[in-house]
Amino acid sequence: MTDAPEVDGRASRVFLVDDHAVFRSGVRAELAGQAGVEVVGEAGSVAEAIAGIGRVRPDVVLLDVHMPDGGGVAVLRSVLGSDPGRVAEPARAPEPTFLALSVSDAAEDVIAVIRAGARGYVTKTISGDELADAVRRVADGDAVFSPRLAGFVLDAFARAAPGPEDRGEPVHDPEVDSLTPREKEVLRLLARGYTYREIAEELFISVKTVETHASNVLRKTQQSNRHALTRWAQSRHLD
Amino acid sequence: MAYMSEDTVEHPARTPVARPVGARWYPTLDRIPDGAVVAGVCAGLADHLGVRVTSVRLAMVLLATLSGAGVLLYAALWALTPSGAAREGAAAPDGRERRRGMALAAVGLAGSVLSIMLTTATGLNVMVPVLVVALGAGLVWQQYDGGGRVAPRSVVDWARVTAGATLVVVGLAVVVLGQVEFAALRSSLLAVLVTLVGVVLLSIPVGLRLWRSLEEERAARIREAERSEIASHLHDSVLQTLALIQKRSDEPGQVLRLARRQERELRQWLFGAGSRMSSGATTVAGAVEVIAGDVEDAYGLRVDQVVVGGDGPVGEVGEAVLGAVREALVNVAKHAGVDTADVFVENDGRVLSAFVRDRGCGFDPEAVDGDRHGLARSIRHRVESRGGTVAVRSTLGRGTEIRIEMPLEGE
Repeated sequence: MTDAPEVDGRASRVFLVDDHAVFRSGVRAELAGQAGVEVVGEAGSVAEAIAGIGRVRPDVVLLDVHMPDGGGVAVLRSVLGSDPGRVAEPARAPEPTFLALSVSDAAEDVIAVIRAGARGYVTKTISGDELADAVRRVADGDAVFSPRLAGFVLDAFARAAPGPEDRGEPVHDPEVDSLTPREKEVLRLLARGYTYREIAEELFISVKTVETHASNVLRKTQQSNRHALTRWAQSRHLD
Repeated sequence: MAYMSEDTVEHPARTPVARPVGARWYPTLDRIPDGAVVAGVCAGLADHLGVRVTSVRLAMVLLATLSGAGVLLYAALWALTPSGAAREGAAAPDGRERRRGMALAAVGLAGSVLSIMLTTATGLNVMVPVLVVALGAGLVWQQYDGGGRVAPRSVVDWARVTAGATLVVVGLAVVVLGQVEFAALRSSLLAVLVTLVGVVLLSIPVGLRLWRSLEEERAARIREAERSEIASHLHDSVLQTLALIQKRSDEPGQVLRLARRQERELRQWLFGAGSRMSSGATTVAGAVEVIAGDVEDAYGLRVDQVVVGGDGPVGEVGEAVLGAVREALVNVAKHAGVDTADVFVENDGRVLSAFVRDRGCGFDPEAVDGDRHGLARSIRHRVESRGGTVAVRSTLGRGTEIRIEMPLEGE
């Protein structure tokens, strides 16, 4: 994702939340040399993070998924309230945007932080340059899909969609629940490791349109009906 | 039992064997369920005293003829000694020995009955019911004895319990009906019943608490077992790898490879529940993980894999597709000149598609050299012979993507 748009003027103020001090200092060092990104604070626990974010008012919070006392989801709930839909509109963003950063592989946990309001998910093995790009991107109001997140979301929607065997169940608001073919196409390309620019070239659309699709997918993931995604989560546990 | 000392010929099968873990330092008397004809009391005694089983059994029979002392001794030992662990060397008695043991037991029982009748002038009308009750109790005791296997399982178990219970009931009924006038029985029966109900009511809380503490203890044991399993797993994997990494800290390539491999193993262990079906077959997601791991280990290529709908079994066409994916990854490692590749595998129920993509040097598909051509062919052959399609897209300087699609109809 080396084709992030340039940020106009001000550097993004970043707040780190991770219960491992070693990892925080590593991220700090990696972001230190990056243009347009400035680390303004860090926290090692959920309570510290909530207090620190309220005090420092950062633009972007890099949030660990797994922490004691509720993890990233607890921080998101406390800062954003229970309605993650609000952050889908970056225009009214007195609150920071959140980017999940984790080693977690469990799809349920990742989808949970997205549904709680995170604007993207990257794994901790990401390089410094890529991380800085991802930060700039969420600061701009875009969604950040690592290939892994794209795969999780595809999986979630594929399973949450009513299969042929349970047609009898009422379908909840198809407008929210399903992805358009174009959005699925974009997600598949993201899962295949394409950058936004490469996707734009592949589909003969503008990078801006790709970003819009990604944001829409993120919004749908956050708002898609609870019932369907619960079923998805259950089906994962039952396998 | 000094008179047994004349028969202390060491039986080869009775040489002392290694005591099981947790045994005390001093010799203990355990019953040996493996060597049992009735309950393993004689076998245990023989093992403990270092004499032959047969001599112990004979001694028991002799004692039994002394007004049933042997029978009482046997019952007491049965009730009071713990059932020992199964031991090597204490092979189950074969048919002949079992028959001989049974015969001895019968002789002992008959001897005790006769001696009691002779010495106390008790009539058969008392002895027979007592014998019947004893037999029934013995059968039921045998079933519920040792091994912690309380619930009867097989038909034989059930038959044994039923027969035992019937014998006890019939025996008791005969005793009661034969000795007591029925009319006088009613009030005392009522008293007994009321007392029993009272005891049951009063003992409910105690019983519940006992049950709960047992449950808690069991849960604690399970937790402890899990904890020690995790500890031993971490020791065998993570700590070993960390030690290796410390030793090889001057070889970044090796360290990276070790760390990646350990990460993969740990992930597999933590989240790998979906990599196998309940039937034991590998899932598509699990198979992709294995392939990515193999290529990473063999070529040092980091493979970022994403699998969608991958919790079904691999199947025959799946094998073909994943084999092609492996070839493609090896290709990337050998020719592309990069150290990462992306793999995406999706099963949407109709088509199994796989994409292998790198950002390496790329090549001109029109002007491929022989080796590469051959490999592309081996990928093509696997997939196309089963009705799938392969498309290769490569741009010089920007990398290569191999796309495989396989219809799943007929799966």
